[in-house]
Amino acid sequence: MTTIARTLGIKKILDWKLMLASQLPQPYWNPYIAGVGLGLVLLASFVIMGRGLGATGAFSSVIAAGVEQVAPDHARSSEYYTRYLGDSTNPLKDWLVFEIMGVVVGGFLSGTLAGRVKKSTERGPRISVRGRMIYAFCGGLTMGFGAKLARGCTSGQALTGGALMSVGSWVFILAVFASAYCVAYFVRKEWT
Amino acid sequence: MDMNAPFFEFGLFGEGTSLIVAFIVGIGFGFFLERAGFGSARKLAAQFYLTDLTVFKVMFTAVVTALLGLFWLSWIGFLDLSRVNLLPSYPLPQAVGGLIFGIGFVSGGYCPGTACVAASTGKQDGFVHILGMATGILLFGEIFPYLSRFYDSTALGEVTLADAIGIPSNVMVFLIVVLAVLGFVAAERIEDWSAKKLAGER
Repeated sequence: MTTIARTLGIKKILDWKLMLASQLPQPYWNPYIAGVGLGLVLLASFVIMGRGLGATGAFSSVIAAGVEQVAPDHARSSEYYTRYLGDSTNPLKDWLVFEIMGVVVGGFLSGTLAGRVKKSTERGPRISVRGRMIYAFCGGLTMGFGAKLARGCTSGQALTGGALMSVGSWVFILAVFASAYCVAYFVRKEWT
Repeated sequence: MDMNAPFFEFGLFGEGTSLIVAFIVGIGFGFFLERAGFGSARKLAAQFYLTDLTVFKVMFTAVVTALLGLFWLSWIGFLDLSRVNLLPSYPLPQAVGGLIFGIGFVSGGYCPGTACVAASTGKQDGFVHILGMATGILLFGEIFPYLSRFYDSTALGEVTLADAIGIPSNVMVFLIVVLAVLGFVAAERIEDWSAKKLAGER
């Protein structure tokens, strides 16, 4: 096996990749190339499944399943949770739940190959780790709520609905950018 | 050409296989998000300080790629667009949801998909962001009875921009592509301008 690998030069490439990964992180791809790649994944999903990508829906299924575990009657009587619980099958055997597990694997794979997997906290120079974590939690909470109200997030609405030219999705895209630009000034200490 | 896509809709495989497809599609999705730099909150947030417009460029390149792909594949008769799942539009709650989402985006630093990529590449703030998101979804679920009327307001059904404006679909595709290209040119200029401004400050 090793002989074959050596003959083909695969081992050399692997060694080189590992060496690189342990040293400097590689630069990100050109945004237009990454964008075409992302667009082709989205297109493949449309062609194979007849549906686009998503992210928030996966979390909704997990939350609904969790609520059902803790308070079954409460979950079963909720018009909202029952949407994600389905009739009798496991709510986690869901298309988006499997897709998001793939996202985690794909992100890790790309990060590993480029030497970018590192325990760290993303923040600007003027904010503490603790402060950044508070922002991350509150921002996440706000975002989760907004995504539910909008029936989707940047994946389910902006990318998927955007490519299908859905009216609601384009309204969502414009609202997200408008709001983020308006709020950016007030959280500038976090990033700049 | 025989129309046989979307494959799942035409019964080429079942539910079980669809979950494997989901996992593989997800790997591709996560891979390109990470390649673009979306595992980094600083890179994502820079979009809103005009120093790095990667978010805009990647998002609209992806939208245009998929949009043109859908258009051509249905034009040659390979893909039945009527069987592709179009989400119904509710412009008012979606606008308000988008405004709330935008606040979360710039302060949390991620969107739901990119938070997963961040967490999987070791960013602890990405993980905390996911915990926040889960809490927000739970909160929404708990107060849903009070929101359901607003949530279902302005129901327009499955409607595209072409329908709403009253122009043919292919003209709308063309307009979006033109707007995107103009947007890319503008984005490159804005980045140059920001770089010069920053260099001047130093």
